[in-house]
Amino acid sequence: MARATAAPIAASSGATARRPRSLWQEYLPAVAVFVAAIGLWEAFVFGFNIQFYLLPAPHVIVQTFRDNAAVLLEVGLYTFREALAGYFLGCGLGVMAAMASSRSPMFADLVLPYAIASASVPIIALAPLAIVWFGVAQGSKIAIVTLMTFFPTFIGTLRGLLSVPPQSLELMRSLAAGEGQTFAKLRLPASLPYMFNAFKVGTTLSMIGAVVSEFFGGPERSLGVYISTKAALFRTREAWAAILIACALGLSFYLVVVLVERLVMPWHASTRKT
Amino acid sequence: MAGLNGPIIDVHDVDKAFGRGAAVTHALERVSLAIQSGEFVSIIGPSGCGKSTLLRIVGDLIEPSGGAIHVKGKTPHQARLDRDYGIVFQTPVLYEWRTVLRNVELPLEVMGRPRAEWQGRAQAMLQLMGLGAFQHHYPWQLSGGMQQRVAIARALVFNPSILLMDEPFGALDELTRERLNLELLNIWSQTSATVLFVTHSISEAVFLSSRVMVMSPRPGRIERTVTIDLPRPRMAHTRATSRFFELVTRVREGLREDPAVAAGRDAVVEDA
Repeated sequence: MARATAAPIAASSGATARRPRSLWQEYLPAVAVFVAAIGLWEAFVFGFNIQFYLLPAPHVIVQTFRDNAAVLLEVGLYTFREALAGYFLGCGLGVMAAMASSRSPMFADLVLPYAIASASVPIIALAPLAIVWFGVAQGSKIAIVTLMTFFPTFIGTLRGLLSVPPQSLELMRSLAAGEGQTFAKLRLPASLPYMFNAFKVGTTLSMIGAVVSEFFGGPERSLGVYISTKAALFRTREAWAAILIACALGLSFYLVVVLVERLVMPWHASTRKT
Repeated sequence: MAGLNGPIIDVHDVDKAFGRGAAVTHALERVSLAIQSGEFVSIIGPSGCGKSTLLRIVGDLIEPSGGAIHVKGKTPHQARLDRDYGIVFQTPVLYEWRTVLRNVELPLEVMGRPRAEWQGRAQAMLQLMGLGAFQHHYPWQLSGGMQQRVAIARALVFNPSILLMDEPFGALDELTRERLNLELLNIWSQTSATVLFVTHSISEAVFLSSRVMVMSPRPGRIERTVTIDLPRPRMAHTRATSRFFELVTRVREGLREDPAVAAGRDAVVEDA
């Protein structure tokens, strides 16, 4: 009889005791694909003798990047600051709006369809109007990013807050827990995975939103204007180098949020090392 | 009826209907039962007979359609507010973001008991359930049987006077279930809790209880009560005694027989 329960114990403690796969092992396939793709790109450009203004070879892009690092970084960080400001505004307002709506399920049912519909509106189309309302400087870009990140956060958080398992709620009820306790000890932690999904999507959305809204007008030293100007002058290697820094910033932003997610929810299935 | 010496749980003529009009289902019809303090009472019946509904009405998780219930002389609602109930559900219902220990501490935390009291009580409870070494594990790292033991520790950690158990071992394999039956009796003997236990396992009901109530479905009714006079403490070998088999057979007869026929019989031990 003891063995019947001992077996699963051994299995589960074995799983935690087993060394998790190292980062190297986990990302080796992805790195291999990356290296292969860059290699193919190089071979393609040289094999078919493609002009660099059409498609520069990777090593040319890297070299251009190195030569213009100071400018690119300045331009990139300018745009990243817009993305960041809009991201925090959008996510913050999204979470707060979701919390407010979740207090009344009837109200939540009322607004959720509209929120979902709004999320599918190409908000970027509002960029020219945002310039009229908030000026050509950072204000209009922050407004667009805020709007773009607001809806996914609002919908995700609201779904999380409303989809708490009924039995978990009954447990709180049986303990005669108050509304506030049920929220703090159950609804909020239960909806964290939903929130972080939205936060992760928001990182890439915010970079896209900031760069693309700069295409409609902005200061010279911003990523969107830089890319569109260089491309118009057929200086494609500079444009590619700028795309590279946009990728690097977006990816780092995403990874930071993933890291925060792991720190906040070490218990969640996505972070389990089994 | 509801005095100090009266029953701790007194259910009188309780009805429960779900839906309305033509689609109405009578889950319970004129169910009455009285449970004395310190008893271990099981309700057994086929699935859909309303036994869980009855338990949930006693625990104030749902409202009855009619009838009266007194728990310690109070309404179930007041009893719930007074934290008289510890509940164990069919699934463990552990919060996955809390470690085992923090899950067991949850009731004390909700009740605002002083923090110093928590750890001591919760840890002692886990020791008692043989889970001392797992207090800092997360629920997913435990087997189903261990998770349900955590749920029992959580239900008992604040010393509730009534323990409501809704098919707590239904999802476990037979060996684990028998083992947990023993552990439950052991831990129960160290408390003064009155237990209302819902199950569809005849041997489990007989092994654990002081009384087994047999329910029939649609509408849910208590057809008979079998008093279990097996001596305590009950051990693994209790299941091998002839008296155990006799009682199992009685409960089984109660479940099989047509209620109308069974009502006229006296072969079964009945006590009102």
